[in-house]
Amino acid sequence: MAKLEISDLHVSVITEDTSKEILCGVNLTIDAGETHAIMGPNGSGKSTLAYSLAGHPKYRVTSGTVLLDGADVLSMTVDQRARAGLFLAMQYPVEIPGVTTSNFLRTAATAVRGQAPGVRQWLKEVKDEMESLQMDPDFAQRSVNEGFSGGEKKRHEILQMSLLKPKIAILDETDSGLDIDALRVVSEGVNRYKAESAAAGEAVGVLLITHYTRILRYIQPDFVHVFVAGQVAESGGSELAEELEADGYVRFTGQAVPA
Amino acid sequence: MTTTQILNPTAGPTLGGPNGLAAHSHVGGRTVRTSGVASHLHPVASSDVADHPVPTSKSELWKFAPLRRLRGLHADAEFTVGALTATWDAIDGVDVRVVSGAAGRALKGASDYLPTDRVTARLMEYNPDTLLIDVPADSTITEPVVVTIDGADASIAEAAHVLIRLGDHATATVVLKEQGSATVAHLVEILAGDGANLNMATIADWAADTVQLAHHHISVGRDAKVKHSLLTFGGDVVRTAVDVDYRGPGGDLEMLGLYFADAGQYLEHRIFIDHTPPNCRSEVLYKGALQGDHARTAWVGDVLIRAMAEGTDSYEMNRNLLLTDGARADSVPNLEIETGEIIKAAHASATGRYDDDHLFYLQSRGITPEMAKRLVVRGFFHEVLNKVGISSVIDHISDTVERELAISGM
Repeated sequence: MAKLEISDLHVSVITEDTSKEILCGVNLTIDAGETHAIMGPNGSGKSTLAYSLAGHPKYRVTSGTVLLDGADVLSMTVDQRARAGLFLAMQYPVEIPGVTTSNFLRTAATAVRGQAPGVRQWLKEVKDEMESLQMDPDFAQRSVNEGFSGGEKKRHEILQMSLLKPKIAILDETDSGLDIDALRVVSEGVNRYKAESAAAGEAVGVLLITHYTRILRYIQPDFVHVFVAGQVAESGGSELAEELEADGYVRFTGQAVPA
Repeated sequence: MTTTQILNPTAGPTLGGPNGLAAHSHVGGRTVRTSGVASHLHPVASSDVADHPVPTSKSELWKFAPLRRLRGLHADAEFTVGALTATWDAIDGVDVRVVSGAAGRALKGASDYLPTDRVTARLMEYNPDTLLIDVPADSTITEPVVVTIDGADASIAEAAHVLIRLGDHATATVVLKEQGSATVAHLVEILAGDGANLNMATIADWAADTVQLAHHHISVGRDAKVKHSLLTFGGDVVRTAVDVDYRGPGGDLEMLGLYFADAGQYLEHRIFIDHTPPNCRSEVLYKGALQGDHARTAWVGDVLIRAMAEGTDSYEMNRNLLLTDGARADSVPNLEIETGEIIKAAHASATGRYDDDHLFYLQSRGITPEMAKRLVVRGFFHEVLNKVGISSVIDHISDTVERELAISGM
């Protein structure tokens, strides 16, 4: 069973001539089948954590370890991490002109699965998942994320998760910018993959990064972590999310920040 | 039925340079374009070779071009009877033929074109055979007219003239495929009648020793729609200038361009769109990729919106992708606007390497860096290619792009 272990992770963001520490010793363990919500105010380093785990070149890990089933994630390239079973649903998926979504999805699935999926079975798989996420079949023929609305981009991220079947899924503010219907569809997609992966004996571990408690009504977390100033400030169960819903982050930041 | 014809079988070598016919022809009588406001974007138009001095590297229009590699085409290289052939399959309803001599001379400048540079003035004076593609008024031709122009000898300087003429309300698709070895000056005139609808693509995929100086002139009729795609891949030096005029309001022009320069190659595209009548549209999208040492491209896009061209809608975009070190792309969009009563006038230009965010996104889905780059380059080209709208051209260029990518081990 999958396990992601983050120990004393320090990460700096690199700009042209400066380097600023954003993550200041993150400790977190996610086991297969668990859903961890990471909540925190803007600028607390939540997204940096997500991008660092995926290996974005803008961020430099200065110390600490990240292990996936004992393997050293930090020594892997971005694509190796994905093939090892890490998936990042991005907050702002980029548009890639001229690359059709269908070609992209098939290329990614071929890379992650180690062989090209059979054409007929693949087309059915994509069609079924797109239907479940209430995506227009025309999306497959459009360029990756190009002209997609915010909600469509997020559905597309969840579609990729369902098709690539990761061991650990990091969802970076997948809920932001979604109206309530889109939020429900996206959440159902996550819950469906959780159930399917569990039934297949490969229960996914989910790291759900969010600014708002809203999505937690749809995706039930096992653990809630409050993230402040590049660290986990407090961990608890869903009661912690309820406190944040009522009081915001004021107890953790010392200042009133709207939740 | 397939026809292959040698171009210029009748022109004798003595016709090179000043020849008797030119001095007395009606072409020689017209000297300067009379469209009113003079533009600093545009040189003098004249059929008199003497009005066009030999360009130097200081000439604005030639400052990017490697003049020493042009084999004198830009100066006084003598045109001779050549080895260029034109091949086409007959299509019902389209008259494709080679017109020589005085009849051919009468077709030079048929799109109301006067030369704006020395090479084209010399070409018109020399009067090479005209390859005429004639589509009668009110006819609709669904099958693409494909003409292959094939060079066989780069050691001689040649000239070629193509006239694509669509009558009023005619609809047609025309593909010019240029290939083989040549040192050639080329004039392609495109005359779209009122309400006509032309989709044309030129594939310049010459052999590695070819030097081509080409000039396309597009005359867009009232309410006519023209799509002009220029796809430049092969050749040592290929420089194509495209001039556009509108003969009446409502003209709609879409220009698409793709080019891929390898080590040592020089590819230049130079566009001039002259908006004089009101309510016309021009949309230009050119994309290029470069790889290898001394791969060079230049793109210059000039749009002039004259005072009377109210309601103009104009957009031009050039993007260049540098795949390796040692390549250089120049990109110069120019916009000159003499009226504020327009819908839109915008231009954009960008030259850079791979977008790191694109590569990160693809790699974060398990795709290797090499495959990610290949996807991005293919995508970069397909954004243009998908708009060309001629399936045989799309297939041909897709294969060509794969061939180019294989050069750098992608």
